[in-house]
Amino acid sequence: MTDILHRHPRLRLAGLLGPPMLWLGVAYLGALAALFITSLWTVNTFTGSIQREWNLDNFRDLLTLEVYRAITVRTLLIAVAVTVIDALLAFPIALFMAKVATRRWQKILVIAVLTPLWASYLVKAYAWRAMFSGTGPIAWMAEPLGLGTPGYGLAATVVTLAYLWLPYMILPLYAGLERLPNSLLEASSDLGAGGATTLRRVVLPILMPAVVAGSIFTFSLTLGDYIAVKIVGGGTQMLGNAVYDTFLTGNNMPFAAALSTIPVLIMLVYLSAARRSGALENL
Amino acid sequence: MRTRNRMGRPIRALAAAAALALVVAGCGTESGDTTPSADDTADAGFTPPDLPMATELGDFEGQVSLLAWPGYVEDGSTDPTVDWVTPFEEATGCEVSVKTFGTSDEAIQLMKSGEYDVVSASGDASLRLIAAGDVEPVNTDLVPNYADIWPFLKDRAWNSVNGQMYGIPHGYGANLLMYNTEVVDPAPTSWGAVFDPDSPYAGKVTAYDSPIYIADAALYLMKTQPDLGIQDPYALDETQLAAAVELLKTQGTIIGEYWSDYTVQLSSFKSGDSVIGTSWQIIANLAQGEKTPVEVVLPEEGSTGWSDTWMVSSKTENRNCAYAWMDHIASPEANAAATEWFGEAPSSSAACEVASEGHCEAFNAGDEAFAEELYYWNTPIEQCLDGRTDVTCTTYADWQQAWTEIKG
Repeated sequence: MTDILHRHPRLRLAGLLGPPMLWLGVAYLGALAALFITSLWTVNTFTGSIQREWNLDNFRDLLTLEVYRAITVRTLLIAVAVTVIDALLAFPIALFMAKVATRRWQKILVIAVLTPLWASYLVKAYAWRAMFSGTGPIAWMAEPLGLGTPGYGLAATVVTLAYLWLPYMILPLYAGLERLPNSLLEASSDLGAGGATTLRRVVLPILMPAVVAGSIFTFSLTLGDYIAVKIVGGGTQMLGNAVYDTFLTGNNMPFAAALSTIPVLIMLVYLSAARRSGALENL
Repeated sequence: MRTRNRMGRPIRALAAAAALALVVAGCGTESGDTTPSADDTADAGFTPPDLPMATELGDFEGQVSLLAWPGYVEDGSTDPTVDWVTPFEEATGCEVSVKTFGTSDEAIQLMKSGEYDVVSASGDASLRLIAAGDVEPVNTDLVPNYADIWPFLKDRAWNSVNGQMYGIPHGYGANLLMYNTEVVDPAPTSWGAVFDPDSPYAGKVTAYDSPIYIADAALYLMKTQPDLGIQDPYALDETQLAAAVELLKTQGTIIGEYWSDYTVQLSSFKSGDSVIGTSWQIIANLAQGEKTPVEVVLPEEGSTGWSDTWMVSSKTENRNCAYAWMDHIASPEANAAATEWFGEAPSSSAACEVASEGHCEAFNAGDEAFAEELYYWNTPIEQCLDGRTDVTCTTYADWQQAWTEIKG
């Protein structure tokens, strides 16, 4: 066996690449294709059984009904807000971890960043539900200032999602800054640049691909989320909720499929923009 | 050139997906052609799929899987004194597994999987289950305790088709207005308390997260705006639906959150994040058990409600255990215990003889006039349920669309 493989490098390559390519082609693209096809069918609204008649009604409804535009825009804004907040929070933490902390502290901090990922997503979301409750810690802290908790809604959703996805932003930034040679910083300072100039003209351009990489995580994870918003979002609907409700309460698989092509399209646009910026090849 | 080449890759991937799509499409259409015409059943005046009915029962299969509203199947794990599953298991040897659901839509979705033998379906689910062929006709001769069921629950629009029963009635009751007694003052007597845009409890009002909640708004309009001419909250023409949607959108500004999971409602009443909203008797009982200061009231406008039926899946492999369960839950002891625990009227007249003192009186069990006053969950269809023939009514699909719009 080893002999045959040794003598036929092509066979070796096929054996190595075959399973993952099959996975990509059949399971991944196949599922996407099945999704797209389902979106061209309709459902008998009374019995809930799928009728395989080709039509574009689902997409027409999607484009003409005001409510889906509003939900799409809201979801996009939440995703952008979460990404920006995470980038702003993650940068100083990653900078400290990579350039300031000692080796020993570096390890401790990496573990500290990773630990929340071991806790269940649901537990973390429910923890934020308690935080935003009218009798929770946020209300308690805001009280002396004459304020209250923002309650369950858009703000709570953004904060919770930003918290959930923060590690996915910190880690790429940390890895990017790790690779940044200290000599560059020293050279910049030797040439008379202050801390701010170095940051703006040396660190940020080199770090950009890492930021884009992190943003792909935070952006796409937010785009597809529907559980956290259900727990802390009050009545807020995101695309994920609309898909979930259409499928589960609406029992309308075809329309749910049509709806879920929106995030797929948004991500394709996002990825090709990221690719065009040249960020992806530096990953 | 390099850039263009790189840009080509996702396009090629898309092309591959499209090619696959065509292949799968071929298969899909092929199997579509062979699908029985049950799918094409028209929306109403429908003919249910011709499914066989059990004619005799055999040996128990040893297990039965139930899909039920929370509180309908209790084996002592919620409260050690509340248990009507163990006696059933001991008597029949049918091991019970249970899955609960929060809305009728969820139940329909889950029944399509074919993994459940019996379901407790409300009126807004039962007809859809029958029409889709997910449940089969029930031979009531094989359910001895069916004899004790109140006559006014038999052969009704939501549990039978053309005189053929599709299940065994479980119980019926009203959706109630629950409020926090420490915060809400004076005590509410009208559903207006949850529809008033200037409510002092803005941000702490809750509502049921299902399109069927539109009927609650329609009922309120029916009593407060007679000009709209609503006769039945489940028979709304377009103007009437638009009015209900308008009312619910206004309500949306004072809603803290919508609930469909009863444990979520329990927790938000406990923490004070919700202080008033539609609820069920069982949630109030559980909340009071946790020392949450809540009360429930049947508002003066009357209420929507439910009349539930145990139905057998057409794909069941545990038919004998399924029939045994339906007979058990209709037995006086189990029916009394289950409906007392949930807080609704029992379906069995014999249950009132063994139920706790006052239970049947509290829920007006057997009072046909009272039962007719409640607006039981029903599936809105094109043919107006109130008998109007000059207009088409909005369907449940319209309601679902409207519900998405209401939540915005």
